[in-house]
Amino acid sequence: MAGVRGYGGGIVGRFSDEPDEYPGVKEYHTARLNQIEGFFYTSDVLRKLADICDEHAGGLFNFHGSTGDIQILGFKQEEAEELFQKCTHLGFDLGGSGSALRTPSCCVGPARCEWATYDTLHITDNLTREFQNEMHRPTFNYKFKIKCAGCPNDCIASGARSDLSIVGVWKANIRIDQKEVAEYAKKFDIKKYVVDKCPTHCMDYTDGKLTIDDSNCVKCMHCINSMPKALRPGLEKGAQIRIGAKVPMVQDPRLGFILIPFYDVNKDKEEDYAFLKDLIQKIWDFWDEYGTNRERVGELIQRVGVGNFLEAIGLDPLPEMVEYPRANPFIKFEEYLVPDDEEEGKEG
Amino acid sequence: MTDEQKQKIKEFVVNLVKEYHGKKRFKPQDLEKEVEQNFQSENITRKDAKAAIKELTDNGELIYGYAGGSFLTLPEDQTQ
Repeated sequence: MAGVRGYGGGIVGRFSDEPDEYPGVKEYHTARLNQIEGFFYTSDVLRKLADICDEHAGGLFNFHGSTGDIQILGFKQEEAEELFQKCTHLGFDLGGSGSALRTPSCCVGPARCEWATYDTLHITDNLTREFQNEMHRPTFNYKFKIKCAGCPNDCIASGARSDLSIVGVWKANIRIDQKEVAEYAKKFDIKKYVVDKCPTHCMDYTDGKLTIDDSNCVKCMHCINSMPKALRPGLEKGAQIRIGAKVPMVQDPRLGFILIPFYDVNKDKEEDYAFLKDLIQKIWDFWDEYGTNRERVGELIQRVGVGNFLEAIGLDPLPEMVEYPRANPFIKFEEYLVPDDEEEGKEG
Repeated sequence: MTDEQKQKIKEFVVNLVKEYHGKKRFKPQDLEKEVEQNFQSENITRKDAKAAIKELTDNGELIYGYAGGSFLTLPEDQTQ
């Protein structure tokens, strides 16, 4: 068994199948360290971390694991406690592993990116501190990942890789600077490379003027990425919460679907993310009660149905909550009797 | 939850893991459910069970293992 006292995660045991033939890698464990939000490190910290890695492990790092942690590779169980203690003195705690909350991670956010619609670093730090117990003491059916992306570019692939994905979006119209549009027109064909590539065809470029029908914009970011000086996201900024993404293991890979189309994250920040924390807790309670062993939350929702899930967590269904696109063009209506109808029926 | 109740829960959990050692792997939530059922009359909640289990892992009476999923087991020196 590999691990350190009091922690159920953070150390991943790796034992060789052929210990006699390869005694040098008989034990080759991995320590997952909680990464810094946005992956910023000083060179001094990295040097000190490298010294610890040389002294107690195989001198090999993995920056960063798929969840985001710093991984120190290749140590024996007898070195685990000392390696852990030295890392904590340097300011690094262990991250999550096993059937637990995995270390929440985020993109560089407003620290280095102008598109971020909310402070991804702050929310990730806050959630990490709030859910220390869930991260270090595995009590879930299986893993649970939270990733925060500052804009729909989703540089950390949260929509594909995390059970709960918080992606920055905006509500108001995209801001257009027609003077800068004219400058871009001198460099490339705006109609061919921007307007015609819009997935919902909500843009028009006629007589040197660019217009956008924002009500049909799906925020794919293509136009903004192509002409960053001319176009900027709308000013009413927030985030979208998606749920259920995962890569394959028990069942096939899944993309997350929209749970909350517009979450006013900047307002919730003032209340210490109370709404978000409450929502996460409700999701976990439902998963804990009805999930089976090694069933991700997305698989559970697929099994029990989105309706039952929404009812359990107390959210009203919205048209944006599309689990997957329609497979046939027919619409099925279900009729529900309300108490008054029932009484009328009896009388009739 | 009183200190006495917490102690009783801790003993119950350790005995359960000992009794089933080598036969069943208890996930933390399995143990929480067992505690909840067995201490129902004393109004013990899952939160209380969690707190008791946390103390057991903090002082090394139980350790976490992983085999496809996380479970709680006895330290290696107590299994021989």
